[in-house]
Amino acid sequence: METGHETLPVTPSQTVGPFFGYALPYDDGPRVAPQWHPDAITLRGTVLDGAGDPLPDAILEIWQADADGTVPSGEGGLLRAGHGFSGFGRCPTDSAGRYWFSTVKPGPVGGAAPYIAVLVFARGLLKPVATRLYFPEETEANAADPVLSAVDAERRGTLVAQRENDGGYRFDIRLQGDGETVFFAS
Amino acid sequence: MATDPHPPYLSPGYKSTALRAPARPLPMPKLGPDAIELTGPVFGHQELGALDHDLTRQHAGEPMGERIIVTGRVLDSRGRPVRGALVEVWQTNAAGRYVHLVDQHPAPLDPNFTGAGRCLTDGEGRYRFVTIKPGAYPWRNHHNAWRPAHIHFSVFGTAFTQRLVTQMYFPGDPLFAHDPIFQSIPDERARERLVARFDLDTTVPEWALGYQWDIVLDATPMEA
Repeated sequence: METGHETLPVTPSQTVGPFFGYALPYDDGPRVAPQWHPDAITLRGTVLDGAGDPLPDAILEIWQADADGTVPSGEGGLLRAGHGFSGFGRCPTDSAGRYWFSTVKPGPVGGAAPYIAVLVFARGLLKPVATRLYFPEETEANAADPVLSAVDAERRGTLVAQRENDGGYRFDIRLQGDGETVFFAS
Repeated sequence: MATDPHPPYLSPGYKSTALRAPARPLPMPKLGPDAIELTGPVFGHQELGALDHDLTRQHAGEPMGERIIVTGRVLDSRGRPVRGALVEVWQTNAAGRYVHLVDQHPAPLDPNFTGAGRCLTDGEGRYRFVTIKPGAYPWRNHHNAWRPAHIHFSVFGTAFTQRLVTQMYFPGDPLFAHDPIFQSIPDERARERLVARFDLDTTVPEWALGYQWDIVLDATPMEA
């Protein structure tokens, strides 16, 4: 079906709206890796608007490599049946704007620093925002990462998660205003 | 490269964008060939229920409303079918009411209609849903604000950068001109691409009206 260089006009985005809650979330959505996995970590954060108020009606998706840097290519994005690693997670925010994922820290892929790709959808977002979660202990790899190091130095920290006492990470997302998270154009 | 078909983040007519639209410029990342965003999750048929694509058969009885078939192809911007793509939909019932606690529109719920479905595209990139025509409903964006009838669509391409969430509308809706979400797309021709086409060949005699609606995903950054 290759049609050369002919290009079709792209379908525009529209907001996910406030009413996805009975359709998009699913039971294992936040469990990218099972919590009994020996290397399981928990990612947590809050999604905030330009007034600093939490978003109770956002939904996040993450996509990442496995601990050894392997990008998952098999089926299992939705149904993990308590085992396996899909690389994909989906979690709606709760009434306080909080989300969580159980996953493993990804290994580096192709010389980049390890990172997790993050999308946020919400009422009031006419298209998703795309960002990346980097890891704070990867000082050298982060400094050499071509995408992270291309971001203005004073905003780079918004892409780096904070280590928590339980070995997990905290990654708050500010859509607008002071400390606005760096979002990427695509 | 064609002009950006997508709405801007900040669209003053749609009031919820005011505090949620990013205000800082968005850097364009130089993605290497190994960037994880150039791949995406894969879904299999065993992950879906047999009736997930038929929103009229998920309860003991049949839902009220006008039964319809909505089908089309998921393509990339080069016209290639996206096979095995997960397509998820959600919508109101025929009266314009969502099965959602936040929806307080005083229209009746339908015990035989949830309004959520999903399917995987076939070898030609085709999806197909059986459902009922959703209703218009009021919202509080401005005085006397009503959303045109629509079905929410969530689509995965082969790359995470192609991820698309959008809404499909029905032809000839008088609410288009008054809807700031539809009108948030600056280009009129781009807006029209969100409107399904009534199709007599898709219509099943004595049973359901048919609509065709193709979905075209962005090129990946490596191809653009």
